[in-house]
Amino acid sequence: MQTKQFASFIMIVGILSFFAFVPVAFGISEAYKENIYNVGTLKPLDSVLKVKVGNRAPSFALPAVSGENVSLSQYQGKKNVVISFVPAAWTPVCSDQWPGYNIAKSIFDENDAILLGITVDNIPTLFAWTNQMGKLWFSVLSDFWPHGAVAKKFGVLRSNGVTERALFVIDKKGIIRYIDVHDINQRPPLEDLANALEKLGK
Amino acid sequence: MKRTAILLTITTTLVVALALSTLAANKPPQKGEVLPVMNLPMPKNPVEKGYLGLSGDGSFKIPQIKANVVIVEIFSMYCPYCQKDAPGINELYNLIENNSDLKNKIKLIGIGAGNSTYEVEVFKKTYTVPFPLFPDKDFTIHKACGEVRTPYFIVVKINDDKTHQIVHSQLGDYPGAEPFLELVLKSSGLKQ
Repeated sequence: MQTKQFASFIMIVGILSFFAFVPVAFGISEAYKENIYNVGTLKPLDSVLKVKVGNRAPSFALPAVSGENVSLSQYQGKKNVVISFVPAAWTPVCSDQWPGYNIAKSIFDENDAILLGITVDNIPTLFAWTNQMGKLWFSVLSDFWPHGAVAKKFGVLRSNGVTERALFVIDKKGIIRYIDVHDINQRPPLEDLANALEKLGK
Repeated sequence: MKRTAILLTITTTLVVALALSTLAANKPPQKGEVLPVMNLPMPKNPVEKGYLGLSGDGSFKIPQIKANVVIVEIFSMYCPYCQKDAPGINELYNLIENNSDLKNKIKLIGIGAGNSTYEVEVFKKTYTVPFPLFPDKDFTIHKACGEVRTPYFIVVKINDDKTHQIVHSQLGDYPGAEPFLELVLKSSGLKQ
């Protein structure tokens, strides 16, 4: 019994020390000054996907920061749609994800795609947060009420009410062609999304 | 008893190592210090290689750059302030390159914290950045630099014997090309 306890102790110390020495790195832009709340390292994934590649994307309509109501169906037959769920406003990795998409519009344009950014934050919060990013060319939607309903339809709502850091590429027919439910602590590399978009045309 | 001693040793070692690594990780490069270890990939582009006065393959360290002063910008393509400052940093490059006295004395590089080669290229293309940008995809350099927020500027003076020291560093607050060049010239001693 004592040997078992000793072994468990060593295992726990081992696991703890792994996390202690591999801190999650993220860049924080000075644009947000001291306003970023550090959430620490989170469980990489905390939900079960309800859709898969080849499925029809669940339909939805959500209010945008711009004041309009945006539905997925309005793009059917017209544009490919990239949905970027990010966990929460004013958090480290999320704050440095959409500003990158903001200077990569040509990658979306070249593949006849638009981008919808979604979080479960309310509109005033999203307004204040995205204002720090400069003028965004894409729509930012609020999945605040009923809380996380759209995220839930896709199966990316975490147990604490925020979403996963997830990307979905939906083609003009409304079919899901790419899913990346990323480790919440890390930013998905842009080239992976660019490759997925390029494959749409093939 | 022996077991307790082993447990105690392991725990103490871990705590001490953790404390040391935390201390080391929290220190952004400051004036008067030397740079933390930064291995940058040798540029493939011969024009960039020529600009930095480098030769060979593999990796290089900043003091190997053929210059009296190197301005390093730690940036990210995902950082709004880096995006906003980009045209002004290009102007700084042009001010230096168009001045025959300074052209071969001051060089400028950017390091993309957490940015892949692809992401650095997107930034370079979007803002037509004329100086070399390097990826730091796994945040190795960013961590070595105390995980500074971006943009972070480091001005490094390189001596004739290839030793070096940081003569200025600042977080954000880019004042524009001319005032920044003035600051670089004064802090490095290129202008008395």
